[in-house]
Amino acid sequence: MNVAKPNSYRSGPDDRGHFGIFGGRFVAETLMPLILDLEKAYTEAKADPAFQAEMNGYLTHYVGRPSPLYFAERLTEHLGGAKIYLKREELNHTGSHKVNNVLGQIMLARRMGKKRIIAETGAGQHGVATATLCARFGLECVVYMGAVDVERQQPNVIRMEMLGATVVPVQSGTRTLKDAMNEALRDWVTNVHNTFYCIGTVAGPHPYPTLVRDFQSIIGNETKAQMQEVEGRLPDSLVACIGGGSNAMGLFHPFLDDPSVEIFGVEAAGHGLTQLHAASIAGGRPGVLHGNRTYLLMDADGQIQDAHSISAGLDYPGIGPEHSWLHEIGRVNYLSATDDEALAAFQLLSRLEGIIPALEPAHAIAKVMELAPKRPKDHLMVVNLSGRGDKDVPQVGDILRGKSK
Amino acid sequence: MTTRIDTRFAALKKEGRAAFVTYVMAGDPDLTTSLNIVKALPKAGADVIELGIPFTDPMADGPSIQAAGLRALKAGMTLKKTLDLVRDFRKDDNITPLVLMGYYNPIYIYGVDKFLADAKTAGVDGLIIVDLPPEEDDELCIPALKAGLNFIRLATPTTDDKRLPAVLANTSGFVYYVSIAGITGAAAADANVVGDAVARIKRHTKLPICVGFGIRTPEAARAIAEKADGSVVGTALVDALKNSLDAEGRATGKTVNAVAELTAALAQGVKGAQQAAE
Repeated sequence: MNVAKPNSYRSGPDDRGHFGIFGGRFVAETLMPLILDLEKAYTEAKADPAFQAEMNGYLTHYVGRPSPLYFAERLTEHLGGAKIYLKREELNHTGSHKVNNVLGQIMLARRMGKKRIIAETGAGQHGVATATLCARFGLECVVYMGAVDVERQQPNVIRMEMLGATVVPVQSGTRTLKDAMNEALRDWVTNVHNTFYCIGTVAGPHPYPTLVRDFQSIIGNETKAQMQEVEGRLPDSLVACIGGGSNAMGLFHPFLDDPSVEIFGVEAAGHGLTQLHAASIAGGRPGVLHGNRTYLLMDADGQIQDAHSISAGLDYPGIGPEHSWLHEIGRVNYLSATDDEALAAFQLLSRLEGIIPALEPAHAIAKVMELAPKRPKDHLMVVNLSGRGDKDVPQVGDILRGKSK
Repeated sequence: MTTRIDTRFAALKKEGRAAFVTYVMAGDPDLTTSLNIVKALPKAGADVIELGIPFTDPMADGPSIQAAGLRALKAGMTLKKTLDLVRDFRKDDNITPLVLMGYYNPIYIYGVDKFLADAKTAGVDGLIIVDLPPEEDDELCIPALKAGLNFIRLATPTTDDKRLPAVLANTSGFVYYVSIAGITGAAAADANVVGDAVARIKRHTKLPICVGFGIRTPEAARAIAEKADGSVVGTALVDALKNSLDAEGRATGKTVNAVAELTAALAQGVKGAQQAAE
């Protein structure tokens, strides 16, 4: 890539929400005034110590942060190379990293006087986190979820309903995360006067990719401090799975200007990159969808193609715009793992460490299984264990017993 | 530059009546039927034609237009074929203004400069691109104006007086006022509320103002035509088309007529409107 290297990889986006050519604000006029209001509210909140203090209080006492940085001794021994640390985001309240971002957005919504919260969800982790914080703060919550995902992630549907949220199964298009996002945008356009759209990943129109990144950066900031405390230095590599890419961006961003740190994002290769998959960078090209320009899976006419992943949370034909930029500029290496590789990693981590990962971070573990053995024993590798696998137990159980594919 | 849109609105102003603007999806339910429908629209009373560009993910459209786009895509419609359709339509009609309406990605992938050149050659007069607000004018709006195409902007109930000048700055042809905060095919807006909004926008522009979203009947089209420079009907026509299809979603002998007959009835409604004095 013949792109000039910037002085810092952490200064983006520009004031129009662009990371290089990526990002932007490609939305209907109805939404533009609210998006500008949101940008203003976020800028003010960021500069308000009371906002930060209140958020830190909830992060400590409600979410349970900091999450541990755990040395995975048996996985390290098994792979025989790099020393592997797991950033235990699955131990957060609600069981994934999603809560970090939702807390921030719900506090912004309260600041803006919005009483109704909508969200899209794939695996249901973002939906559960949103339903949880809406319950906590007494807000109405509507979650859009593809009908296919409602089927394969039943435990999370039940959780959202127990928390008082309305789950709307989306029947349009491919009935997965992309369509849930379309339907959430349609709701937002219709109810813009009282509704806050709590986007679950580092995508969508500016300022969402930035504010979600900022709320998730606590993952990388904690990791940096914890690694310093345990090993007295920076890690040598970072690995995280990517659907839209919020857990990855949260881990990566604080390290982007540390050139000694190798960074790997892992997309979902589904049945394989020559077949149905969800790897936007490996198999896509730049296009415009859901408010931003980014790498997308599409045909020659610019029609969006169906993604496929065993993991509902990665089953999306796009990726956050800042990831597209980090790919083009060469700071982050984007790899991919197939459904089968993720399933093998899911089982390996469960049996070696007694930790059942969600299918999403199982993709990251799958690439650790390739990367770690090739690295020396003093190489420090951090994997973001972004969610726990309870929600996937019925689906994986069926697959392993040969009931379904 | 004067486009067919400018000429048509100037003529209607002389006649003292509002425009009837029809929306149909290009390639719905197939290319040939779609061309015949578009050809039938001016004869049935359409003053301006909006032709939808099919897209897999139309985030501002309701179920009817979503389904229309998917029918067209299933039948093999593309942006290139949409331009072919316009070229064929222009063989017999060099007067009726034709506006392409859709989302940015197919145009971005086609290539902006190539698209604008091909659209102009095919006989397109203007563009309405739902997901390009003024903040993204560099993408397509400015190049389109340079290429001699009108770039028609959507104004909505959330576009306040402070924002209107920015929305109207690089626009031409007409202004499309979206009468409700919502998606296509949603509930109708109250004509008096619409009248106030049109008056508000008129304080900022001399361009004609057409109103759409939620207009389904001749009566509603007429009520809006009394308050604005044009009534836009889309979902009702798309529904009439859909109701004429066979069980497999294919065109029948009734399909073209079903759209033409509703167009004629709606056009009568618009023509019966008593326009408020300017």
